[in-house]
Amino acid sequence: MAETSVAGYAAGETRRFDLRGLGGALAPWFLPLALLIVWEVAARTGLVTARLMPAPTTVAIAFWRSLLNGSLLVHTLASTQRALIGLLIGGGLGFVAGVVNGLWKPAETLLDSTLQMVRNIPHLALIPLVILWFGIDETAKIFLVSIGVFFPIYINTFHGVRTIDPQLVEMASVYGLDRGALIRRIILPGALPSILVGLRYALGFMWLTLIVAETISATSGIGYMTMNAREFLQTDIVLLGIIVYALLGKLADVATRAIEKRVLAWHPAYQARQGEER
Amino acid sequence: MSAAVSYVPDSAAGLPISLSRVEKSFGRLNVLANVDLEIPAGQFLAVVGRSGGGKSTLMRLIAGLDAPGSGRVEIGGRKVGRLHPSVRLLFQEARLVPWQRVIENVGIARGPDWREKARRTLADVGLEGRGGDWPSVLSGGQRQRVALARALVSEPQILLLDEPFGALDALTRIEMHRLLEGIWADRGFTTVLITHDVAEAVALADRVVVLREGAVALDIGIDLDRPRRELADPRAVDLQRQILDAV
Repeated sequence: MAETSVAGYAAGETRRFDLRGLGGALAPWFLPLALLIVWEVAARTGLVTARLMPAPTTVAIAFWRSLLNGSLLVHTLASTQRALIGLLIGGGLGFVAGVVNGLWKPAETLLDSTLQMVRNIPHLALIPLVILWFGIDETAKIFLVSIGVFFPIYINTFHGVRTIDPQLVEMASVYGLDRGALIRRIILPGALPSILVGLRYALGFMWLTLIVAETISATSGIGYMTMNAREFLQTDIVLLGIIVYALLGKLADVATRAIEKRVLAWHPAYQARQGEER
Repeated sequence: MSAAVSYVPDSAAGLPISLSRVEKSFGRLNVLANVDLEIPAGQFLAVVGRSGGGKSTLMRLIAGLDAPGSGRVEIGGRKVGRLHPSVRLLFQEARLVPWQRVIENVGIARGPDWREKARRTLADVGLEGRGGDWPSVLSGGQRQRVALARALVSEPQILLLDEPFGALDALTRIEMHRLLEGIWADRGFTTVLITHDVAEAVALADRVVVLREGAVALDIGIDLDRPRRELADPRAVDLQRQILDAV
């Protein structure tokens, strides 16, 4: 899993560097720009109802206004805070469970089949139950996000720990590494590419879960902002919320890529890329 | 080279190995049958044999990675239980940790002053200044040099080599032979080289043992002058023929 995706990124990167020059650099932006122009014209000329699909400029103005009155920042921070707390709890538990089950057979026997069973329940299906358990306050949303991120991190950590080259483990024991050093220097770094793949999936699930959770019940957050705007038919704010989610998702992705580039510097796929940049 | 200064050769640099009536089987397959072998301290022994002849098993028993079915394996007069701290093993593959830099691979066991020791040992194997590289940029020969440095850094008294040069090209292999011979002459550790290359065995070893079907089929001393640069030495050719006949 880790191998293919790392190779995949590298291949994508190669293609981009082959397209040199200004035209090449602008090419990816052509389609979105054209769509924006068509959309603007269609909204202005009344081809689409502005109330259902406001023009991009209207959304931009809504963005500017909500930025000035601080509501955008407040809601974005509220959402981000929930997302990160959920990621920390669910991701942390998933990581620990993955490492323990990967290293210790009795734990795997005891836990893994249960976890695999629970994994197949769509976690959003738990919403009614979660509301019954925790009501509609913060706990419910953080709980849902935690469950959403737990499984991708758990599965990929487990996989990463399990697929460590046994020859390296044997070498480490011949060269006198104790268990702690073996885990720190061999097993965890070796599992890292896979764990990072899990993190990327987890970030996707994190925003997805949060969107749904916030639209159901909240008094702050991007989801609340859009649902509230729907009540008052403020379609521009609804669109703005969607765009903010997209940007937050992109930001999370950029952050993981930066982490990958830094901690996987030893990986041949990343070295090849550095070579091309020079 | 600084090696001569930092590692004063002395007779205590090697440990003797003794195998008595050693037997090992996997399931119904008898890999080693009643092997008796005395390896004096500081000797360079080559073990030659076909694949599946029990060579690697012999090595794993000496290293303490496996326990014999019956019989005794002793190092320095003491029975081998777990891994012996002064025994180091070079594998067929370099087995470098890809996410540790070269110097961190050499000093994999860490310990006091590991960085300085690793740096010096890297110089001994001809890789001075390469400590900051990632293993993935090294050639096959360089990787085995790093693996050799990793084995040497703790100043082992016994070095076990499990066909470490088998995958290298002929020229690199000869380079590695000279390097190993030089370091061995310098430090005096007991060496057991597993190989199926008879020429390699004759070029490096004091003594060659042929393992066939789990038993010692030939035990022969190689009394040639060192360093052995002369490939076509008629005595070497004759020894090679004797060994080949026994394999």
